[in-house]
Amino acid sequence: MTRGLGRILAARETGILIALIAIVIVAATINPRFVTSADGWRDLLLTPSLVLLVAVGSAIVIITRSVDLSVGSVVGLTAYLTGRLFIDIPGIHPVLVFVAGVLLGAVLGLINGALVAFARVPALVITLGTMYIYRGINVSWAGSDRINASDLPSGFRALGTGSIGSGPFASIPYLTIIALIVLAAAAWYLRNLRGGRELYAIGSDPAAAELYGLPVTRRIIIAFVASGALSGFAGVLYAARYGTVASNAGSGWELEAIGAAVIGGVAIAGGVGTVWGAAIGAFLLLTINRALPIIGIDDFWQQAVVGALILGAIVLDRVLAVRRHRQRIAQREETR
Amino acid sequence: MMFALGKKRSALGAAALLASVAMIATGCAANAGGGGGEGGDGATITFLPKNLGNPYFDTSSAGGERAAEEIGAVFDEIGPSEATPTSQVEFIQTAAQQGTDALVVSANDPSAICDALDEARSAGTKIVTFDSDTDPECRDLFINQADAEGIAKVQVDLIAEQIGDAGQIAILSAAANATNQNAWIELMEEELKANHPDIELVSVVYGDDDDQKSFDQTAALLQTYPELKGIVSPTTVGIAAAARYLSTSEFKGKVALTGLGTPNQMREYVEDGTVTAFALWNPEDLGYLAAYAADALISGDITGEPGDTFEAGDLGEYEVGEDGVVLLGDPFVFDAENIADFDF
Amino acid sequence: MTTTLVSTATPTHAQPAWRRWLLSREAAIIGLLALLVIFAFTSIPNFGSPLTLTYLLRDTAPILLIALPMTLIIITEEIDLSVASILGLSSVLTGVLTAGGFPFVLAALIAILAGALAGAINGFFVTVVGLPSLAVTIGTLALFRGIAVGLLGTTAITDFPEFWTDLARSTIPGTPIPSIMIPFALLAIAFAVLLHATPFGRSLYAIGLNKETAHFSGIDVARSKFLLFVLSGTVSGFAGVYFTLLYSNARGDNAMGMELQVIAAVLLGGVSIFGGRGAIHGVIGGVLLIGALGSALRLANVGSDTIQVITGVLLILSVVSASVLRWARSRRDAALGRRRQAAARATLDTTSTGTTHVP
Repeated sequence: MTRGLGRILAARETGILIALIAIVIVAATINPRFVTSADGWRDLLLTPSLVLLVAVGSAIVIITRSVDLSVGSVVGLTAYLTGRLFIDIPGIHPVLVFVAGVLLGAVLGLINGALVAFARVPALVITLGTMYIYRGINVSWAGSDRINASDLPSGFRALGTGSIGSGPFASIPYLTIIALIVLAAAAWYLRNLRGGRELYAIGSDPAAAELYGLPVTRRIIIAFVASGALSGFAGVLYAARYGTVASNAGSGWELEAIGAAVIGGVAIAGGVGTVWGAAIGAFLLLTINRALPIIGIDDFWQQAVVGALILGAIVLDRVLAVRRHRQRIAQREETR
Repeated sequence: MMFALGKKRSALGAAALLASVAMIATGCAANAGGGGGEGGDGATITFLPKNLGNPYFDTSSAGGERAAEEIGAVFDEIGPSEATPTSQVEFIQTAAQQGTDALVVSANDPSAICDALDEARSAGTKIVTFDSDTDPECRDLFINQADAEGIAKVQVDLIAEQIGDAGQIAILSAAANATNQNAWIELMEEELKANHPDIELVSVVYGDDDDQKSFDQTAALLQTYPELKGIVSPTTVGIAAAARYLSTSEFKGKVALTGLGTPNQMREYVEDGTVTAFALWNPEDLGYLAAYAADALISGDITGEPGDTFEAGDLGEYEVGEDGVVLLGDPFVFDAENIADFDF
Repeated sequence: MTTTLVSTATPTHAQPAWRRWLLSREAAIIGLLALLVIFAFTSIPNFGSPLTLTYLLRDTAPILLIALPMTLIIITEEIDLSVASILGLSSVLTGVLTAGGFPFVLAALIAILAGALAGAINGFFVTVVGLPSLAVTIGTLALFRGIAVGLLGTTAITDFPEFWTDLARSTIPGTPIPSIMIPFALLAIAFAVLLHATPFGRSLYAIGLNKETAHFSGIDVARSKFLLFVLSGTVSGFAGVYFTLLYSNARGDNAMGMELQVIAAVLLGGVSIFGGRGAIHGVIGGVLLIGALGSALRLANVGSDTIQVITGVLLILSVVSASVLRWARSRRDAALGRRRQAAARATLDTTSTGTTHVP
């Protein structure tokens, strides 16, 4: 029992959770409205929820030692699709729109996965290309139009801005609940289902995984499909939250998602990390954004902070990995 | 591997490269893509707003297109997706290459595009700025929607009225370098100091004419300044985003919001009480006038000197003022009573 | 008698040099560029004007410059995603220092030095701490860009000495070729010589092909990579100064996203993302190809969104085609091998004595 507790405490995820809580406390001390006002509490939980979804998808891909740069473009494209569906098919049921968005995201992810798995080209290059392509398609489809909030049904938009309960500490926005459910599902899949665990194996040592007989190609494709589907889902929710969708929606999100995952303990080299970590990382990143101006730092410095955090995270990973390696060697010497 | 042959391959490669470059360089004796010709039939007038996908500029371009049809000129609209100082440069260059007769620009920065505009002018293109000016030396005419002081004053008057002439206010602007924004903000600050000593301007934030950014900036403002009583947003994208945020927040009705907005975007919020009154002019008239002015330049009717006059279709006759500025008219205040009468 | 059963078609290194060159990736890209130029010349109005060449070279100069050290870095199987952020940082420093009263030349030099320092930071994390360059440069991409934006916010400094801005925009007298091409040409020749004609350059290929082997053959892998990152930072710094002068505009978000354009162009130019393969002339061809394509399409009034899609498709095609070619070649080799094996077995069967062991 204590060993389990000890392991939880030493886990990376706990570390950044503590950091997150610390930042919230500091900001709230300086300006209590950060958490005590109804808006403040709601925004605290709501704003990171979208990036969280994308970060979870990115984490799944990074665990397999790949990377998906096209997530931002997928979010933009599905957000626009959402708006278009509501405009062009009046009275369409929101559930259908969700399905359509997730499906589109999954297809876009499938394209990525197929190219990476079959053409054996590094995911960096493929997703770099599809990032351009999907964004270009988005812009040319949208033209100079944009989806306006008034085009979307108010019930749908309430999903993006409303909460269960009301008031600070006593309410949770719908979006956050949805994000948490998806997060739990993804975490369960990665930990408990064989397919999920195989992703870790593939990320740790692709050659060994193949020799061992794991269906590497299939798993990689599934990872990219998951990433695309999650980004698609996030795109539909984007439309619900912001109401207005321009053709540059979601641009830059790939960096935030990958940054969140890396900070959350998902190693770029693959095979390590959890989606919980990525989720906390997303929360940390976006909460820092909002806390900076309160602490008095111009929010222009936000990206510098993000960069420093990412570097800190990967250095920490490396230091820990080296230490673990030495410990294992020492252990082996002992048991000789 | 093939290291030893590297040099030979490089040489061959370099030769092929040189051949391509030489082809372009030598083959361009003719085609000095000139612009400038007679106005009217077939003249090309190209609109280059701050960014595309902005309802305000959609309306002004519609006005420009209408004018072009009446004149018999060919209308085109090009532009970047983001309103940054340098994003317009490539479009100016393309227009210059294509030999457009006139370029009608709303500038994201007073001097960043000057060099590109000068190059276009030497290729024969007439440059008319509208809505947001550049340095006067790099354009032929500036079509100003209203007197800058008038624009500043009307917004200050509106917010003062709505918050009882005392309290904290903030400004949600567009891009930090936009000429018109900075001119108005400066004048607003002067007006506040002179006539409204009890109103304190606590912050100016920038939404970059990006909806999501303006939305998030509004949220941040309300968080950071709990005593805030009013927000002024002299940009149609900013005020629309701020209104949307306010209408679902606990501050609806408690924090006043005014600025420059389009009736269509603001109607919902005037009706639900988030916004009481705001101002603007008619952007369609602005684009219409700008196109007519451009055509007058192309055909040589005017040269941009103060005192020149020209006909602007339905709007009547206009005269060029000092510094090559043409004034459209006065700002107009929209509120619950009259907002139903407009459609733009 | 023995028969070689794993023979293939005439091995690549035994083919005549001209044939080998003609079939190389670099030749393909340069050929494509030439085709594009000819096609655009004849069918797109205004493409043939001297302005086209001037704009093309002047605007793609930063990408051309940064592509040079990027090629070397990718050949060693590393990557540098922070180049555009270093460009932005250098641009901001130039602006801030100039506005602060420093003489422009001094400001520019400090900015370039800052670029070198940034590159050294990258190099430190990659070679000394031992982190993967992808992760490090994602972090420094955000860090350097963040510092740049933090220093200036969203304002821009637009006041620079006219002498320098005019110089940056000028062309070589009598031609439409921009003056920046002179320093670029010098740098390109320097990098080409470094890469193709020096032992250091050859060692880079070795590092890219197999790090361990290179290390054991006495190549100082860490020092080489560190040097490359410093070079990349310095050139990005220089590109930042040029960019600032070109647009007369120092801003935190200058050239945002340019790193991906550089990498796309470098990969298009025949450099393998796996390392160990690539050449400078191919990369120049790749950059010019994307640039000319964009220029031609813009003149033909094709929207920048379509241009983006085409760039993405080109990039994917170029890397996938390498894979497809490899797969096709291995299939052909296998088929050939099987045919020769059958033939050899046939002759062996008809030979009487002295059959030797059939592998």
